[in-house]
Amino acid sequence: MTGRILPFGPRLAPAAEPLAPTRGRAAGDPDSAPLSPEDKARFRRLVLPHMDSAFNFARYLCRDATLAEDLVQDAFLRAFRGFRGFRGGDPRAWLFAIVRSSHLTWVRSPGARLQAVPDDIEQTPADDDTPEAALVRQSEVDTVRGAIASLPEPFRETLVLRELEDLSYREIAEVTGAPIGTVMSRLARARQMLLAALPPVWPGDEDQP
Amino acid sequence: MSACPDKEALLHGLLDGELDAANAQAFEAHLKTCPGCAATFGEQQMLKARIAAPGIAWRAPDSLRAQVETMTAPAPEPRRPLRRAAPWALSGVFAALAATFAVMVAQPSLVGLAIPSSAMAGLEDELVASHVRSTLAEHLVDVQTSDRHVVKPWFNGRVDFAPPVIDLIDQGFPLAGGRLDYIDHRVVAALVYRRNRHVVNLFVWPSRGGGGEPDAVVRGGYSVAHWTSRGLEFWAVSDIEAKDLRSFEQAFQTHAPS
Repeated sequence: MTGRILPFGPRLAPAAEPLAPTRGRAAGDPDSAPLSPEDKARFRRLVLPHMDSAFNFARYLCRDATLAEDLVQDAFLRAFRGFRGFRGGDPRAWLFAIVRSSHLTWVRSPGARLQAVPDDIEQTPADDDTPEAALVRQSEVDTVRGAIASLPEPFRETLVLRELEDLSYREIAEVTGAPIGTVMSRLARARQMLLAALPPVWPGDEDQP
Repeated sequence: MSACPDKEALLHGLLDGELDAANAQAFEAHLKTCPGCAATFGEQQMLKARIAAPGIAWRAPDSLRAQVETMTAPAPEPRRPLRRAAPWALSGVFAALAATFAVMVAQPSLVGLAIPSSAMAGLEDELVASHVRSTLAEHLVDVQTSDRHVVKPWFNGRVDFAPPVIDLIDQGFPLAGGRLDYIDHRVVAALVYRRNRHVVNLFVWPSRGGGGEPDAVVRGGYSVAHWTSRGLEFWAVSDIEAKDLRSFEQAFQTHAPS
């Protein structure tokens, strides 16, 4: 396996942090040799900090906590393995593409057909609220999470990448392999569906932007 | 009252900060004169704020963090190439993944072979690696059944010892099947149990004597328990809590034929 199996072409965007070309790589050398200690350190510095983002994306993709963990673990393994194939650009977007590919692999696996994934919305109370405020907040969090989870693909992934991960249209296009125009129309449609799925906020409960 | 259909791209573009200055200015001017677009824009801004609120994005659980940390931990250079592959064949991508993972995780065990004092830690790493590989590579079981009367004979002729096969469903650990694995340079039996959605791998092989003390450790987020009984070594590996693995060990010891 090489980094080339990843569904990612050459990056268009310049790297926020310029990445030195991998040292000592002969032309045509497959990206299969173990990573050097420097590459490992670079991987840990550039990719590892995006674990929350990767998990959030995976969690909304598959809508299952346990499976999301497996997907992210698999994605990090593949990212680590294919790190020599990483030619710069935003490491987070690169990681998203791998998470997405891990998810597609799972969806097409025999296991996916046997296992119906429930939408389990977990309780994650915030700590700096009064009990009453925490209840209201928790119900709002569950409501919004549930509404996002109810969106069909590919609208869900587009919305999550835009609103929760703050990717630009262009980055979303790269991660999902869709033209920018398609990304824009999916996003508009996702927001429309989300508005229809969400109850209106109670006056006074929400800080107006 | 609704937004102008032809302005949808501009509306979302402004919302997302994706418009250039000229388009942004032009559309902002339009918002002042078009109540439909202005209402939709306000509605969308509010929606954006609701999604951006704290708690909507998921955070990676600590167990995952620990696992990935371990996986990518800086390790000493390997002394020799990949150890002999496990006898169960993997295919395609997963073979490569498993191989990578074996190298990454088993490195301490390669070092361990050279340094006897850390051989035990090396074995534990190898067991954890094998457990992780079994869950990653979808090669959890060779014989998939909860019927111990099927699993036990299956090992006949495949290993030169008879692992005790018991179902612990009443103790909360249903038997899921069995598998051959390759640990510490020999073919071993792996019994697979489930705990809710987690997997417990129980590796069994004949004791070489002096194998010693029952113990339990946690390595990289995985719990490992070890005991010997009737000339066999037992190593249980799982990502369940250490105390749950202890109850697994107790249940197994209590119910194993004696």
